[in-house]
Amino acid sequence: MKRIYLDNNATTPIHHEVFEAMLPYLKDEFGNPSSIHWGGRNPRKAIDEGREKVARLINCDVSEIIFTSCGSEGDNLAIKGIAESKKDKGNHIITTKIEHPAVLGACKYLAKSGFDVTFLDVDSHGMLDLDQFRKAITPKTILITIMFANNETGVIFPIEEIGKIAKEHNITFHTDAVQGVGKVPIDVKKLTIDLLTLSGHKLYAPKGIGAVYVKRGVRLVPLIHGGHQERNRRGGTENTAGIVAIGKACEIAHRDMEAEVKQITALRDRLETGLMEKISHTRLNGHPTKRIPNTVNMSFEFAEGESILLNLDMKGIAASSGSACTSGTLEPSHVLVAMGVPIEASHSSVRFSLGRGNTIEDIDYVLEVLPPIVEKMRSMSPLYSVATGQAANISFSEGGG
Amino acid sequence: MAGFLAAIFFNMKIPNKSKRVVIAMSGGVDSSTAAALLKEQGYDVIGISMQLWDYTEGERDRFGGCCSLDDIYDARRVADRLDIPFYVVNFEEAFSKSVVDYFVDGYLKGETPNPCLKCNQILKFEVLLKRVMELEADFLATGHYARAVYDEERRRYLLLRGKDTSKDQSYFLFTMTQKQLSRIIFPLGDLTKIEVRKLAKKFGLNVAEKKDSQEICFAPKDYSSFVTQYAGHRIDAKGEIVDRDGKVLGMHSGLYRYTIGQRKGIGISGGEPLYVLKIDMAKNQLLVGPEDRLFSESLIARESNWIGIPSLDTEIAVLAMIRYRHKGIEAKVLPLGNNKVEVCFKMPEKSITPGQAVVFYKGDEVIGGGWIEK
Repeated sequence: MKRIYLDNNATTPIHHEVFEAMLPYLKDEFGNPSSIHWGGRNPRKAIDEGREKVARLINCDVSEIIFTSCGSEGDNLAIKGIAESKKDKGNHIITTKIEHPAVLGACKYLAKSGFDVTFLDVDSHGMLDLDQFRKAITPKTILITIMFANNETGVIFPIEEIGKIAKEHNITFHTDAVQGVGKVPIDVKKLTIDLLTLSGHKLYAPKGIGAVYVKRGVRLVPLIHGGHQERNRRGGTENTAGIVAIGKACEIAHRDMEAEVKQITALRDRLETGLMEKISHTRLNGHPTKRIPNTVNMSFEFAEGESILLNLDMKGIAASSGSACTSGTLEPSHVLVAMGVPIEASHSSVRFSLGRGNTIEDIDYVLEVLPPIVEKMRSMSPLYSVATGQAANISFSEGGG
Repeated sequence: MAGFLAAIFFNMKIPNKSKRVVIAMSGGVDSSTAAALLKEQGYDVIGISMQLWDYTEGERDRFGGCCSLDDIYDARRVADRLDIPFYVVNFEEAFSKSVVDYFVDGYLKGETPNPCLKCNQILKFEVLLKRVMELEADFLATGHYARAVYDEERRRYLLLRGKDTSKDQSYFLFTMTQKQLSRIIFPLGDLTKIEVRKLAKKFGLNVAEKKDSQEICFAPKDYSSFVTQYAGHRIDAKGEIVDRDGKVLGMHSGLYRYTIGQRKGIGISGGEPLYVLKIDMAKNQLLVGPEDRLFSESLIARESNWIGIPSLDTEIAVLAMIRYRHKGIEAKVLPLGNNKVEVCFKMPEKSITPGQAVVFYKGDEVIGGGWIEK
């Protein structure tokens, strides 16, 4: 069966150069980077180089990078670490309703332990109202945590403006940039960001490695207390191979980004306009232009998103909707709900997130396979038949035999 | 063993080996074994577990039933073992509306609801079956101990008791329509539980020794605390407990805490043993009395459904089951119009419980059934 992968916001395949780069650290170069003997020497060097590459991609200093095990750890470290270190100055945190569960979860946890959290609304395009944001700031606000780009819709927030406003008020600003890093240029200095989270497996490195940028001078309390690693800010023996991998992945992103953005944007437009043309009653969820180039979130009204995904899977196409919960099912998307997308439309949403490996053939295959799937679902939908005046094919809910 | 495998084969409607079947997998031994049998028979099998209730908040515990995260894990491991595709579908919203709300509302109406029956009726045979059709499958299979066969003469699908009468679950299936029955396979209909466990072992399923589910999956055994938590604001709490003469014997703390025929926990001591005779919502009164007053000669059921016959036009004689595992009582069923029926028992029957189903049998065959109103 064909395997078409259009779920790169969930995770990406490992780039072959990344894979090659990390291999030695899974084999011969096994030493503990903290060792003074020969075993630690090459791993230490590899970690330093990896750190330099990550720092270069987002334009920060090597001392400002802390490696973590994943994006969620990074978000937790940033949010809880700042809250803990600044709790004497205030207890107010500003975030949005459409953050990743790692940010929402950390904020809700803090809300239970005495912090006051404002969850900002978004409009129907998934954009922030900067006036509402300004008004939310109080003398007690100690942290602003607002994502760079949304994982479900791809919408990019006005990070530079937010950074400026945060700086004016002398409030620490964290951004979860897991969906942004590697997809679009990010310069933490230009954007006046204090903390930024990134994750390896969203940019063609493996799972199990992430990083947080922490601007020099910003103090945060560690999440994992222990050894001296990461300048005492994150205990635990370093994941050498992972750090090498994320370093290599950042290097490749830095090198190839311009060409990739062009290629992926063209493919995305082909997919988006193709679906709009071939399938009626569709709507684009999110902002048409202010978004990362790889993400299309669409609702195919009167068809169940979950059913579409299972049917696509059976045709070899990997796509997604909402965020996966523990059992692997789909929850109604908190992002689309916050955007005011009607319940029916949010239940019929599908997210396609493109990546480096996709081709025109992939897109054309989706354009060939998806329209009949949606049509089939709609033919079974009583609501669709009401809306269009056609008779639904089946009904199992009728009364006696 | 070959004998009963052959029997299953003949029970299949169309012995076409390229047919696609979705098996509803709860993670228990029954549906797991059913999946293995279908696979062995050469069907194109897809496993689906329904996520029905949010267990992830950590505040909701697992109770006696199925479909918790652990059970979904078990189902997935069985699917892996059988090498069949497996999906978890999220039906929390439908479950909450059709089963949990129904359950709570039932108690608040003074009835004793049967959520498992409702779950079969709505979740499995409406919501899941629709999903099955969307996956272009030919059949939905479940691990129920019941049989569905087509009768050429009557041109109807019939629903029969499972061969293992001690496990027979046809009671829970009385709402099925002809269309639903035409799309259903019960792979365990001709097997006994002992045989199923043996087969599970033979197939190497990790759930072969797993305990059967017993209780309601979303509420604890003490369901009243669940009702309080879920709908506390809608509850008229305290009211009177009275005897047949209207004499006040004490106070109750919410009528939803009681079931017809209940003796323990009424909170009145001394004298002859007292039973709950009637739950009077209008007066917010609990009527209690001696055991002999629990017997009735008839009941009224609503929303009747007919399987063995097209409709009920005239009085018929049946064996009526008034609750699951009830041994059955000879009765006559009369149409009252508006899908209601009157069921007259040959002998007075104890503890008729509004909210439960009454299911009518002739021999092994389910003729139909309805929801007990009074």
